[in-house]
Amino acid sequence: MEQDKPNRECLLDKTPQGTLGKPLSRSEGLAKVTGTAPYAAEYPIADCLEGVIVTAPFAKGTIDSIDKEGCLAMEGVIAVIDDERLTSRPAQGTAGEAPVQKPRQIDYFGQPFALVVAETFEQARHAAKHLEFTFTADDLSQVPFDPEAAESERQEETRQGDVAHAMSDAKHAVDARITTAGHASAAMEPHAAIAQWDGSNLTVHASLQMLNYNISELADALGMDEDNIRLVSRYVGGGFGSKLGISQECLAASLASMALEKPVRVVLSRQQVFQTIMRRSETTQRFRLAAGDDGALSGFGHEGLVSNLPEESFAEPILQSSQFLYGGQNRLLGLDVARVHRMTAGSVRAPGEAVGMPALEVAMDMLAEESGVDPVELRLRNIPDAHPVEGTPFSSHKLAECLQQAADAFGWDAGPRKPRQRREGEWWVGTGMASAARVHNISKAKARVTLKPDGTALVETDMTDIGTGTYTILGQLAGEMLGLPRDKVLVELGDTRFPRGSGSGGSWGASSVGSAVYVACQGLRRELASRAGVNEDDVSLKDGRIANGPSLIDLLDGKDLSEEGFYEPGDIDDDFVAAGFGAYFAQVRVNRFTGETRVDRMTGAFGFGRVLNEKTARSQCQGGMVWSIGVALTEALHFDPQDGHLVNCDLAEYHVPVNRDVPELDVIMVEERDPAASPIQAKGIGELGMCGGAAAIANAIYNASGARVMDFPMTPDRVLAAMP
Amino acid sequence: MKPFRYYRPDSLDHAGQLTSDAEARAIAGGTNLIDLMKLQVETPQELVDINTLSLGEIADTDDGGLSIGALATNTATAAHPRVRSDYPVLARAILAGATQQLRNKATTGGNLCQRTRCYYFTNIDQPCNKREPGSGCGAIDGIARLHAVLGTSPHCIATYPGDMAVAMAALDATVQITGPAGERSVPVRDFHRLPGDTPEKDNVLETGEVITAVTLPAPVGGKQLYRKVRERSSYAFALVSVASVVEMDGTRIARADLAFGGLAHKPWHDPRLSELLLGEEPTAALFDKAADLLLEDAQGYGENDFKIPLARRALAATLAEATGAEL
Repeated sequence: MEQDKPNRECLLDKTPQGTLGKPLSRSEGLAKVTGTAPYAAEYPIADCLEGVIVTAPFAKGTIDSIDKEGCLAMEGVIAVIDDERLTSRPAQGTAGEAPVQKPRQIDYFGQPFALVVAETFEQARHAAKHLEFTFTADDLSQVPFDPEAAESERQEETRQGDVAHAMSDAKHAVDARITTAGHASAAMEPHAAIAQWDGSNLTVHASLQMLNYNISELADALGMDEDNIRLVSRYVGGGFGSKLGISQECLAASLASMALEKPVRVVLSRQQVFQTIMRRSETTQRFRLAAGDDGALSGFGHEGLVSNLPEESFAEPILQSSQFLYGGQNRLLGLDVARVHRMTAGSVRAPGEAVGMPALEVAMDMLAEESGVDPVELRLRNIPDAHPVEGTPFSSHKLAECLQQAADAFGWDAGPRKPRQRREGEWWVGTGMASAARVHNISKAKARVTLKPDGTALVETDMTDIGTGTYTILGQLAGEMLGLPRDKVLVELGDTRFPRGSGSGGSWGASSVGSAVYVACQGLRRELASRAGVNEDDVSLKDGRIANGPSLIDLLDGKDLSEEGFYEPGDIDDDFVAAGFGAYFAQVRVNRFTGETRVDRMTGAFGFGRVLNEKTARSQCQGGMVWSIGVALTEALHFDPQDGHLVNCDLAEYHVPVNRDVPELDVIMVEERDPAASPIQAKGIGELGMCGGAAAIANAIYNASGARVMDFPMTPDRVLAAMP
Repeated sequence: MKPFRYYRPDSLDHAGQLTSDAEARAIAGGTNLIDLMKLQVETPQELVDINTLSLGEIADTDDGGLSIGALATNTATAAHPRVRSDYPVLARAILAGATQQLRNKATTGGNLCQRTRCYYFTNIDQPCNKREPGSGCGAIDGIARLHAVLGTSPHCIATYPGDMAVAMAALDATVQITGPAGERSVPVRDFHRLPGDTPEKDNVLETGEVITAVTLPAPVGGKQLYRKVRERSSYAFALVSVASVVEMDGTRIARADLAFGGLAHKPWHDPRLSELLLGEEPTAALFDKAADLLLEDAQGYGENDFKIPLARRALAATLAEATGAEL
């Protein structure tokens, strides 16, 4: 189906099975925690050769020659692959075509340009470190590394009225410059692929998020027909955007397998993952907020500078939710992209809002202080009725409910706010809050649902489960629609032999593929109704039978009944602004001597449409809040100013939050149905949890200690420097 | 990983013979060495697995102290009843380091010998005088966030990364070493070196020498604290750390043994601090004077300039906590 209109009457509110929404544990969870769920590199494939990627030790220039003979003389080495089709960068999400290949043209430090294949992994790694090559490196003084100093171009702009004028006329005005650091996805499972070539067909076990696009990317890069390629990603150990497109290991393993006619495995080292896969751009953002006495915005300015390599169209979309989150008649939103020679910038965990929202919400906190309006009240007063520029209505909007419910649960004191009011021993204690917003993404998707003669159902799609719970929720959806308990539904994912799903990314998987499953089940219900001789609208399925009617087993009569569901968002995209909204409240303590910040507690309330599984949805929200702690306090990519290499390229020195940094996270899921977001009235969850949360922590740091830090992450040194 | 030969010595002498080759490395827990071998930062020809030796014992010494075997795990040491009751600063320092999984494998001797986490040292595509003498130092004009502000040289600004040895320096522990020339004892305070023009040498251990134990002197009274300042609350190296053993006599300081981590190429112990503090009443002004003394020769390298004021504040906070002074 193509969705052109809101689906206001959703079958899922009438079906009697009652499995949808239940807090079921992930169906593959036991296999994962017992180590029996195979990840990409773990498939036992006989006679598999091992490949290790070789990377450039300079940021810009060319590889001129490679001494293959010398390397081939090393123990166990079988081949040095320097095929021109090796990719030098990963593909951007949903590219569907080959990424930049040109392996010998080096554009960033650590760029892969060759693959050494040996009998064992240790031999390959040793040989890769000793591969001799000649290169010509550009004069470092001529290579731009610093985004602030590099050439930039304006990528995006929205203008309405005159923000500068609004600022000079305003009763209260905030003009703030806020920066955020670069981030890495930091998924646990490194990028890995095993390629098998049988002379005409290529099978690749890989760690990927979007097989439907990845197969096109790989086919295009290899110059092959998609029909001759099969991708398998049954379990993915975290993606966070870094596996949206194919990356170097996938193509390297494929080319090696085709050249050597043997299976080849390529696993990136942790350092290589950091150095060659997508980074999130650092950002410099300027906010101009002009408001009247009551805090109502008359002007809203949000401009930013982000960076990427030359030839990359992706620019960290920090303005996405700023376009519609708050009102203000006079608006200027602009995004500039600087061209620098760091690794490709692309999608990392909630691209855009993950760093745009925290910065905006710090500026809003400054406006609350400036205007004397309570921070929660300030947000409530600035929720627009429709898109502030285009006038498009919201499909469903739960920001006000989220703010109120979270404030109540947290115990927010709406009284006058002054920093440095509460001290416990060495610690300043304070609270802060922020709004959450994330655009709703949805994509076309297919899924096949088959009723089996034994009364069970099978769901098949090449959709991936990257640890989010897709296996579980698709089974719940099909079970709900077909009147089956969850354990009667088998879900098979992550194989391009199945119908093309949406892939996992942009938090769109559940609503996109979920809708395809919904559509397929509608078809099955029609057929079952017809076979049972009842009106389609009256059919009620529960526990394997039609209410007051025959069982599914009888209706199937020994044969499969199969239906492929297809979902595609239609004009509805243009008719509504669809987004997830939420609110965060945090209490932190800041050490008055050392500037260390610890989060005491955090409450988040989110509205994301229908809840498909209360447990996995809650886990997604909590995961997002954990990432918020990382954005607020610890995560930062550090690049060497002289040669541009990433210095902290492992999990010891790139600091994601650890268990001890994460307090009790209270999650409120605000009741919502969004009929325009998807036929199942659900929106994305995963990313929403981190779209602003870092500001609740930043604002709490200010409230606690009086340190208004303008740079994320707020490490002890920065907090101390800003402390009064 | 470069191919290597693997040996299991059957005695301490045998281990000494095997490690007397400059290309040999002793391995115990391997929590640091194996990572470095994967990165080809360490490329030993021979690996001598000393886990075969009986060096894991934690036992009382004749003078009332405690001997911690070189192969005692960090977990075992931190959990030992006498360490917890008599040397709590050591237990606290160990538990502030690494993760439970790493501490289960890491040993006393290995922890003392762990290498710096300088980003330029662990990346073979970068210059590093410690890894490759004469190649230069990438950190001095690079990202020096983790780096030293005391005792640096134009050749190296790396820090000793550990926590355990900082507490041992405050406790004035002694490293017991055996080697071709027999046995010798080196105070922990003198075990690690400053980089000078030979930053490739982290410590005074000579080729063929093996650490057998660390001995702690008989316990002293007072309050023992380990304060570790870091961005995240676990699994992060110290920006600055302070180990302190402080005893009060009425309103005056009767003992103040202090050592610092994250500031230098070695656990930093400055005997002048004890002298300054001894017999004085704890006040903010006194703590400031102590910090002035500690940091009089401190030099920042841009990225790590913050460590100088942070060390001052961490020292004051620790002394306030230890003495009960109000700041």
